[in-house]
Amino acid sequence: MRGNRFRHNLTTAMLLGPATAWLVVFLVLPFIAIAVFSVGERAPEGGYQAAFTFAQYANLPARAAAFWNTMVLAPIGALACLLVAYPVAYYLALRAPQRWRLILLALVVIPFWTSLLMRTYAWMYILGGRGIPALLSYIGFEDIRLINTPGAVLLGIVYGYLPLMILPIYVSLERLDRRLLEASADLGATPLSTFLGVTLKLSLPGVMTGFSLVMILLLGEYLIPTLLGGGKVFFIGNALVDLFLQSRNWPFGSAIAITLVLVSVVVLIAANRISTRVSGARRVDLI
Amino acid sequence: MSKSYRDGLPISPKNFVDQLMRLKRGSIGRRDFLGLTGLGIATAVMAREIGIMPTPAFAAESLGDRMSIATWPNYHDPATFENFKKDTGVAVEVNVFGSNEEMLAKLQAGASGWSLFVPTNYTISTYKKLGIIEPLEMAKLPNFDGSQQDPRFTGEGTIDAVTYAVPKNWGTTGFAVNTKKLTKPMTSWKEFWDTAMAEGDSRTMVHDYQLTTIGNALKYYGYSFNSLKQDELAKAEELLLKVKPHLFAVSSDYQPGMRAGDAWMTMCWTNDGAQLHRDIPEIAYVLGKEGGEIWTDFYAIPKDAPNKPAGYALLNYLMNPQVAVKEHLANGAPSTDARVNKLLPKEVLDNPILYPAADLLTPLEFGAAATLTDPGRAELMARFKSA
Repeated sequence: MRGNRFRHNLTTAMLLGPATAWLVVFLVLPFIAIAVFSVGERAPEGGYQAAFTFAQYANLPARAAAFWNTMVLAPIGALACLLVAYPVAYYLALRAPQRWRLILLALVVIPFWTSLLMRTYAWMYILGGRGIPALLSYIGFEDIRLINTPGAVLLGIVYGYLPLMILPIYVSLERLDRRLLEASADLGATPLSTFLGVTLKLSLPGVMTGFSLVMILLLGEYLIPTLLGGGKVFFIGNALVDLFLQSRNWPFGSAIAITLVLVSVVVLIAANRISTRVSGARRVDLI
Repeated sequence: MSKSYRDGLPISPKNFVDQLMRLKRGSIGRRDFLGLTGLGIATAVMAREIGIMPTPAFAAESLGDRMSIATWPNYHDPATFENFKKDTGVAVEVNVFGSNEEMLAKLQAGASGWSLFVPTNYTISTYKKLGIIEPLEMAKLPNFDGSQQDPRFTGEGTIDAVTYAVPKNWGTTGFAVNTKKLTKPMTSWKEFWDTAMAEGDSRTMVHDYQLTTIGNALKYYGYSFNSLKQDELAKAEELLLKVKPHLFAVSSDYQPGMRAGDAWMTMCWTNDGAQLHRDIPEIAYVLGKEGGEIWTDFYAIPKDAPNKPAGYALLNYLMNPQVAVKEHLANGAPSTDARVNKLLPKEVLDNPILYPAADLLTPLEFGAAATLTDPGRAELMARFKSA
């Protein structure tokens, strides 16, 4: 009996070992390095110089605009994604013919095989002067500019993150017990109130999972605003890239990175709380 | 200009797509990926097949079969690296960057893997101070002839009579204008900024680069391109914040916007100006009469270069005037080497974009090391971008 438990514990430890080592090497250690950097100073030629000061954190207001832009972009982008993704997921899970379902799901995922950079660069050309605006001017709409507008950034975000929103919602709708819908109809509910009271409510965990996933990724987004927004709107991701690669103020960049991680954690916890309350004390698993 | 000249140009649409495909095929690390923001396209990894047949000429010292170079976009004749591989068996991996700071950041972080790179004049003293580069062993560069170099462009490669870097080419920073869209002739930075807020509203691009964007805003008031004075920088900031809402983009990747006709005017480096004008003749290149920037790009070898023998071999190969002349024809930047200038066709030497009139060159300033590393200017740029 004793030996059995020991063997059981050993097996567990061995199975968890690789993942633990991975997390320590690639998550915990870099995080510690960044924390150490964030209390340091910028060396005269840039980079890091050892020190112990909270000056970098005191300087955070210098990037307040970037934080603000990000805090606005992330929920709006995630919401836009949700509005587009929900009908798609609903169709896939509840309406699409069984034999098409797999193919349609594959079509949702396939664009992910190409890097986001490539796809975003393609949008640059589609929205650029020789793309859609050229077609529009052909049918008489002159001088329409799409590239480097907030709309282009929103489009790029919805396009880029859509699969991450569709899949969790699809999964939660897939698991939905169809008999509940019949019961609701039998009891006299209209299709709309069935949708609001049963379908939507039961798919909320998927919605919150997708929403949190997209929102957290958007908190670090910098590529899409740069390429489709013309670099005119400054997000916290852009501030980080500039601090590490341009002005090489690594300590300040580290302080911002730490703050961003803390903000993400707070957002995650808040999202979890809200969804737990809304969906009736049901825990939401994020992944 | 001859047909072969056009064909060799790395920015032809087909080549551009090829390069993008290579970028796609090549495994892009996260940090290479980060390099992208500087210029949009940067960090195209043109992975070459690996050669296995070293030629006898280089048999004395093993060059290995691959090396890596860090350089600028559209800056080389791709045939140069193919030919180098044919001669030596060394495949060259090309890493493209958007700014000197990005290169510096990567070299500072260590293990860049480059055996040769292309820093601009104002970074060399910083590299030396940080101990990132070493003096060049000139004996390994018999093709380099210092006596043939124009000293105006080569000075910053040599510190205390020790050569750390040898010049690749020089150039200027002016602006490119689509003269069909903006018909009023322009000759100054003052007109550039004023037009950006008037006829060029929402059609103007400035570099995502503090050195040139702040420097050229300083020129609006006639201040030095390199100014670090508080009151002068405050005036430049005032101008930049006023112009910001009128801009099309803040980006150093201005060729796509200019080519598509979305942007009508942009800050522009010589070589890009030459390429844009060659393909779209109505795009003119203007040097501000108040002055602005003149620069030289150098070749240097990092101290931690993993394949120094190949780095030296490629550098020596590039210093061969017959090779260098093709590089200049391809990237459109003027040469510092009298031997190369002799080989260049007359229409290149007469091209005012590449070899501007002397009176336009006189007021230009070389960027200073302190300008690049100044934290005050970095913060000013961040305020401009987040405004």
